[in-house]
Order: sequence, then structure tokens, then C-alpha cells
Amino acid sequence: MPTTAPTAHALSDVTASDSTLRRFLHGLPGVDAVGLEARAASLGTRSIKTTAKAYAIDLAISMVDLTTLEGADTPGKVRALGAKAVHPDPTDRTTPATAAVCVYPDMVAAAKEAVAGSSVKVASVATAFPAGRAALDVKLADVRDAVAAGADEIDMVIDRGAFLAGKYLKVYDEIVAVKQACGDSARLKVIFETGELSTYDNIRRASWLGMIAGADFIKTSTGKVAVNATPANTLLMLEAVRDFRAQTGVQIGVKPAGGIRTSKDAIKFLVLVNETAGEDWLDNHWFRFGASSLLNDLLMQRQKLATGRYSGPDYVTVD
Amino acid sequence: MSEKTEKTEPRLSVFKTYKLYVGGKFPRSESGRVYEVTDSKGKWLANAPQSSRKDARDAVVAARKAFGGWSGATAYNRGQVLYRVAEMLEGRREQFVREVADAEGLSKSKAAAVVDAAIDRWVWYAGWTDKIAQVIGGANPVAGPFFNLSSPEPTGVVAVVAPQESSFLGLVSVLAPVIATGNTAVVIASEKAPLPALSLAEVLATSDVPGGVVNVLSGRTAELAAPLAAHQDVNAIDLAGADEALAKELEIAAADNLKRVLRPQPVDYFGTPGTERLTAFLETKTVWHPTGSLGASGSSY
Amino acid sequence: MTEKITEKRSSAFEYAPAPESRSVVDIAPSYGLFIDGEFVDAADGKVFKTVSPSTEEVLSEVAQAGEADVERAVKAARKAFEKWSALPGSERAKYLFRIARIIQERSRELAVLETLDNGKPIKETRDADLPLVAAHFFYYAGWADKLDHAGFGANPKPLGVAGQVIPWNFPLLMLAWKIAPALATGNTVVLKPAETTPLSALFFADICRQAGLPKGVVNILPGYGDTGAALVAHPDVNKVAFTGSTAVGKEIARTVAGTSKKLTLELGGKGANIVFDDAPIDQAVEGIVTGIFFNQGQVCCAGSRLLVQESVQDELMDSLKRRLSTLRLGDPLDKNTDIGAINSAEQLARITALAEQGEAEGAERWSPACELPASGYWFAPTLFTNVTQAHTIARDEIFGPVLSVLTFRTPDEAVAKANNTQYGLSAGIWTEKGSRILAVASRLRAGVIWSNTFNKFDPTSPFGGYKESGFGREGGRHGLEAYLDV
Repeated sequence: MPTTAPTAHALSDVTASDSTLRRFLHGLPGVDAVGLEARAASLGTRSIKTTAKAYAIDLAISMVDLTTLEGADTPGKVRALGAKAVHPDPTDRTTPATAAVCVYPDMVAAAKEAVAGSSVKVASVATAFPAGRAALDVKLADVRDAVAAGADEIDMVIDRGAFLAGKYLKVYDEIVAVKQACGDSARLKVIFETGELSTYDNIRRASWLGMIAGADFIKTSTGKVAVNATPANTLLMLEAVRDFRAQTGVQIGVKPAGGIRTSKDAIKFLVLVNETAGEDWLDNHWFRFGASSLLNDLLMQRQKLATGRYSGPDYVTVD
Repeated sequence: MSEKTEKTEPRLSVFKTYKLYVGGKFPRSESGRVYEVTDSKGKWLANAPQSSRKDARDAVVAARKAFGGWSGATAYNRGQVLYRVAEMLEGRREQFVREVADAEGLSKSKAAAVVDAAIDRWVWYAGWTDKIAQVIGGANPVAGPFFNLSSPEPTGVVAVVAPQESSFLGLVSVLAPVIATGNTAVVIASEKAPLPALSLAEVLATSDVPGGVVNVLSGRTAELAAPLAAHQDVNAIDLAGADEALAKELEIAAADNLKRVLRPQPVDYFGTPGTERLTAFLETKTVWHPTGSLGASGSSY
Repeated sequence: MTEKITEKRSSAFEYAPAPESRSVVDIAPSYGLFIDGEFVDAADGKVFKTVSPSTEEVLSEVAQAGEADVERAVKAARKAFEKWSALPGSERAKYLFRIARIIQERSRELAVLETLDNGKPIKETRDADLPLVAAHFFYYAGWADKLDHAGFGANPKPLGVAGQVIPWNFPLLMLAWKIAPALATGNTVVLKPAETTPLSALFFADICRQAGLPKGVVNILPGYGDTGAALVAHPDVNKVAFTGSTAVGKEIARTVAGTSKKLTLELGGKGANIVFDDAPIDQAVEGIVTGIFFNQGQVCCAGSRLLVQESVQDELMDSLKRRLSTLRLGDPLDKNTDIGAINSAEQLARITALAEQGEAEGAERWSPACELPASGYWFAPTLFTNVTQAHTIARDEIFGPVLSVLTFRTPDEAVAKANNTQYGLSAGIWTEKGSRILAVASRLRAGVIWSNTFNKFDPTSPFGGYKESGFGREGGRHGLEAYLDV
């Protein structure tokens, strides 16, 4: 583990060369998988009831990046999604809006229109999502398109191939370039595709790599592989942003994405946030859920809390 | 040159001065005391050192000092050393047959049987050194992502009150298992027949047994056993040679630092021993290691 | 470290109370002794009260066994021994399997009961104590008809009547550790639970009745130290098993000296939890917390001495303090409670006195901001830094939520300090370097060593100490030996 807190300056030194970067990333404390998973599971046993549950459900709704990333997406589909994001529960206007809608670059314009006048942001995946297997200038063009169309947030994927091959500086340079392409207008979420990085040590290294390169958010997954967000990998990333702020004073957001489908799951993630990074992250500026079906479950649970009876799928909208 | 054949006097033999064996050296008792050792018919055999509490203390210091190296030696190495003891004894078999016959009032042939059994006992325990861990230790199938392994370890310094009657075979039978597993020993030899024990020390000293691994004291059993039983740096005590009253008293004293106590029990020293005397002075250490999966995300391979 | 303080929002994520329902357990106003299959009054009619340590509410009034009752119970156990030991192992196994299953069925009830009587969080009784209790009976049930294969020779014999005295920190789990191997091997039992936590043992008596266990095989005698002393001294007891303090353990060793009673002792500890500079730090912090705050530190194998490599001390202490600030102390029945009540006023007084001594001797005391409930026995999680080997709090077992932090520079020094104690029960090692784990583990003089984890238990895993932490092992194949004539 680093024995002294590196200053922001020291952290900029670590990217002087491939070897300094490698030394830094491999000098991060190791992760014991069993211990990490046990801690995540233990936090998962928190019992969140009544007022706490109501608070958590509304918070979770406000943190959803309501997502559609399908080849079959159309402006109509995206408009429906936007409407849902702005008013998730048309029967109850006290329901908070979601944080954002998340779409492919060519759907950004339609999405912007759909959420116009609301607090809902438009996030766009980019950089040859989800594989990221394209030339850098193609990736950057992808980003510029999305930003030009009005995207408030860019969800990029890192080059996992380069990362696994140990070419950390290449991964870093690409993030830096994308960040530049985002300009001042778009916040950058960096997707690691944790399921492909495979080990927790890699996830910790990728987290620091992303944060040093200028990510505004670090994000687990594309939702397109077998293993996406898990309590353990999200806990690990929460530890990373916590430690990064302690060392540099810079706060970075976290976005677990893919596989979070129930309110119960979402609340467990919020417990992870609360007891790891702390309440400073309990805000949709700093924590998001990349999800689609989660929202309806949150809405049904919200209705249950309000009415005392269990809701059903016919009482929430299918979009 | 004389013409007359001189009448030859029988050669005057050289007596052996029996000494203690402490820390690989052969000191006299610091007290300067000795006591008469006689054979079964009361004939004087030798003066044996009558050890004091201070000798006992010195022996414990030596045994403690030797513990790290001996317990840290490979089991294979300890086996080699114990086997070497058997080899050296075999070479001095006649001496021990004579000493045992004198000490225990046995016929030549009976004494020979005793010595042979004692030599074979060293061989038996020499073979155990690198097997006992496999027999009594191993992996435990815990219900979780952990590799969990139990291994025996020597308990430390063991005080051995050697059997009173079986001064050699009994002694070997209680001493060999103590050191086979990596403990070091402070032995109180049979009070009335200490000479085979003191001679055994000479064998040990020339058998690659590191100094201090075995320390041999002769003297009054009760006088020596009491400070050893109460000694805070002794980890265990074998009461084989203590009578009922003394054994109880020693066991009570041993409770002060919770020594492992092996109570006296009837033993046929000619029989094949079990593992009981090996395990009596072993601790079980159980170590947990997380295992978990290879990756955070399952595997596609 | 500079922590950027951002503006606090008004609505924090406050967990609402989430109490486990107390109504799942029905505690009678009074309980008798359990002798020969019946609940009976003490011969002299004595009773004592057991209270909930978190509220000081009286839970029940319990018969207090005296010498005459010990006599009756041992007699009953002796009488039952003849038939019980003669049963085929496969039949004894089935009784134990029944008991294991009934414990599983009633585990919610027993967890709540244990939390009420002991003060420990429901999270622990529900997720640790009760699952381990059932698992222990399951494990030893399977041994009952396989003793020929246990490595103790053919047809090993039981000893007879086992007198067992257990502590208050894991009342039902310690009962399981004692009774399961005893019954599996064909012994009968007289067990004395601790005076502050008698209830779960009495509920266990009821489970024995539900399981149809023959009368007299298990006898439960609530009482104080004198009851335990009478039990271990009883001439017709063949086996004594004790878990508790080292001082009492020595007294028992003196009592049984010169008899043929087989003795196992599981006593105190002052476990070293060693954190190297290459440790997986976040998991190490969790391990330290588990090591000393699990069950409010009232654990003989607690990692009560933190040995941290000097080069990472500051960083580790920052992380640890931050983590301690998230511990939730309060109502043990609340499912979100991490730290419950101290078991008794007496224990609280001892912890308090030792902590005060730590301060008086110059160690630096720290606790997170932590509101203690007004009634009941409570002690805030506490760290002491600037502790050296010479401090009382680095040597004496505190048996409470108090961690003494010491530093070291090299692995050699760590091992030397870890071993520098009269105890030898547990130790922890935190490093990512495999060979260092093995090297350090092999040199630590302790019976249970956790590398990159802490306070893990399993019925298959032998547990017990070196040196003054006692002798004999409980759990696993090793645990059978204490109850067999071998």
C-alpha cells in the first residue's frame, strides 16, 4: 500500500511513463476476494424498514440512469423512456424523476427532446460501446457526436484488451482524450467492464487509473456481459473513490450497471454507499444505477409503502 | 632384565566419573553433591551427581535454548538423528547390557533383551518423526471458502520423570517420543538406577543430537521434580516415574502454568508403543486461509 | 490525510429501527434444574434471577443447583450411561441428528432468546451462533457410528459421565461444543451453564425432550461457580471439560490432579492480529473489527492486540477509526445492531477498570462518537494506541471491546511480540505474500491462526490453545479424543 498520501501532484507523476503507471497501480493494496465478498454480503443483511425504506426508494429512483441500449431502439422508444424518466409514476407526482436516460449517441437528440425542461440528464454511451474495439479517432468521433447532440454525460468503455495486456498508459491516454472530447459540458463515466477484468485487484487498479485520468464517474459494466454490477465489485469501487478523495480532495462518482433489478438489491447498494463512501455520495450527482427494469420495481415498492398493499405490474407503466 | 618372572598384579581398572548432561556439556552438579549408586545386591557401583534445583533450572534454560532449532529442524532430519542414536547404542551394546544388568539386577540375557528393545525403540520413533503429522493432522473440510489445515507442533520443553524400575528401556520409551516430535527434554533419571541414563547421555552427545535437546539429571526425584513441575518455562511434564503421592503433588504444581501432564500409568515397556506418548506432547495448530474463486466474475473457461 | 468536507444534506440515510420480534420466544417466569429428564427444583429451593443485559429487565427466575443436586444429576447420568453407551452408534447418531434438526427448526426462537439473555446482537445469534450450533450437532452426529475409523484404534470406549462447565459468551454454542462430542462418543453429561446465561441451556433441555433423548443422558444444572466446582470435584465424574477463565481453569486442574479424570480446558487469550505493510488493507480493517468487536470482544480468541507494521500505522489507524465510526451500537434485537450489550455489570466493571488502567499507564484512548443507552451494561468500542508490551492492556485479557495497538518493524519482531504472552489461543496474519503467511504461521505459538481472515469457526476445525490458553481441542476429529478412553 502507498505509505504516504500522494498529493494530486504525485498522482500526476505516476503517469510519466508506462512503467511508473504500472508500478503505481501494482503498488495499490491487494484485495482479498473472500473478505471483500463477505463484507459486501454482511452489509447486505442490513434491514432497511419503514421511513428508511421510503427514503431509500426515493433516493434510488432519483439515481436511476434509465437505460435503453438495444439495436432496436427508435426515437419512439426513447421518447417513451424520457417521459417515464421525468414522471416515473404518473399516478403520483411526488415520485422523483430519475437522474438520466442513457441511450446510444444517435438517440441523444430524441432523448434531449423527451426530457426537455426537466432535471433529467441525457447520458450517451460512446467509444464504440460496448466492445470498444475501434480506432481512437473513431471513438472520439463517437463522443463528439454525442456531445454535439446535447449529451450531458458520456459513458465510455475502456480498452479492456489493452488493460489486460498491461498497456495501462494506452488506457489512460484514451480516457484523457475522451475527457477532452467531452469538453466542459459533459461529465465522463468510465466503464471498466469489471466482468472482463476478472479479478478484484484489476478492478481496483482500473478504478485508480480511471480516476487519475479524469473520470467524473467510475462505472462497473456495460450490462452486455455475463457478470455486471455486483455488491462486491461496487463496494470495491466505493472504497476507491473514498480513498481517492482522501488523498486528492477530488470526489468521483460511482455507477453500478447491469443486473440490479429489485428494490431490495438497490437498497443494498445504497447501504454499501452509506457505510463505505459515506453520505456525501448519497446523491445522484455522485451515485447512479445503470438499470431499466429496476425502476418499475422501485415504483411498485413505493406504492406498497404508500398504500400498504402490494402492487402489481399492471399498476406501473411498461415503456 | 630380571631372570625371575615377575608376579603380575591384576590391572587396576579406570572408574568412570558419571556426570550430568546439560546443554550438550557434562557438568558436575553445581551443588557439588554426589550420592552412592549400588547394584541390586547393594554393591557400590559409582557416585552419581545429586543434582540441585539450580541444575534443574540450568537444564530448563538449555532445553529452551535448544527448542527453536530442534523443533524447526525438518522431521526427516530428526528421524536421521534418532536413528543415529540407535546406531551408536548398537555399537556400545555390551556396555549397556552390563550397566542395565547391574542397575536392575538382571541376568546377562535379560539385560541384553532390554537393551535390544531400547535400541529398537529408537528405530521405531525415528520412523515416526515424519509420519505423525500425516496421521493426526490434515485438511479440515470447513463450510466456507477457506483452506483449513491442522498440523501438530511440539509443545516445548518437557520435563520427564523417567520410570524408576525400568531405568533404560523405560527411559528410552518415554524420552524418544518427546524429542521425536521436536520437543526438548529435561530428564530426571531413575533415582536408584541413574547410571544407564547418564551413559545414554554420552551416546546422545555423539549422535548428532544437538546440545540441550536432551538434558539428564540424576538425584532425588522428588527434589528435582518439584521445581520442574512448578517451573513457568516448562510446558509439559511426564510423570511416568512418580509415585501416586508425588504425581498428585506435581500435577497440582503443574497447574500453575497449565502444563500438559501425562499421568503415570502401568506400561509394559516391551510392548509395541502406540502414538499416545507422541501425541501427549503435541499441540494442534489450525490455520485458516481464504481461497475463494479465481476471479470476481466467474469464469468463461 | 485531508478529507474534503462537503456540505451535509438535511436528510441522511438513517436506518429506522428494525427489531426482531420478541414474541417468537416464550420465556417462562421460572425454570427448574433439568435432571433425569425432568425439570425439578433445587434441593435447597434456591433460585437466582437472570436479566437481560441490554435492559436489566428480569427475564426469569432459575433454580440454583447445589451439591445435593450435583449428586442427583451425576447419579442420573451414571445410571443413563450404561444404556446410552451400549446403544449402537447409529442409534446415538440419530438422536443427535434429531437434535440438530430441531435446533434448525427453532433457530429463530433460540437466536432471540440468546440475544435477550446474553446481550449480543441478533445479527450474530442469527448468522453465527445458531447456524454453528446446529452444524456442530450435525457434524458429531455423523461420528457416532464411525468411531472405529477415527484413528483411535478399534472400538474406542467412552469415559462415562462428563462434567461440563461453560461460559456466558456463546452460551448455546459452547453447550454444543461440549455436549455433541460427548454424546456421540457414548458419554452422558451433566452441564453447568453460566449464571448470567442459563436460559438457552434450559431450552436445550426441552429440545432433548422433543428429540426423545433417554432420561439422564443430558442433565442441566444452572448455578454459580460453586456449583461448577462441586461438579468437577464429584468423584463419579470421569471427564471434565471447562471453557472459561484461565484462573478457574488452573483451579480445576488442581482439583482433578491425582484422579483419573480426563481434562480439557479452553481458557483465555490475548490474540495478536498482525498487519503487514502489504496487507489487503480494507479486508484487514474488517478483520480487525471482527477480531475485537465480534460479540463485544467477549471472545477468548479475540484479536485484542493489533500489531501493525510501523510503516503503515497511520494509514491503517485512519481507516480503522473511520470504520469504527460506522459501527452501530444499541438494542441487540435490532437487526442492524453491530455492537450489543456487555453481558453483566461485573464484566462491565472489569472492562472499565482495565481501560482506565490503560489510560493511567499512558496509552492513548479513542472511541468513536457513540451514544450509550441509559439502562443496561454498555461499553463503547475503544482503541488504545501508543501501547507497548509492558502495558497491562497489552498483557491482560480484557474480554471486552477494547483493542490495544502496538507496532513492529520486521516480521521477526512481530512474531516475538505476538508470542510474548502466557496465552496461546489465536492469532491473525494479514499480508498478500503467501510465503510470509506460512512462515509467520509456523512460528506463532497459538492453536488457531487466521490468515487474511479472523474469527472463523467450523465444527470440522479443531479449536484450542497453547500454553495457558488451555489444552485439548474441540471440534473436528480431534475433538473426539477428549471423550474417549484413548
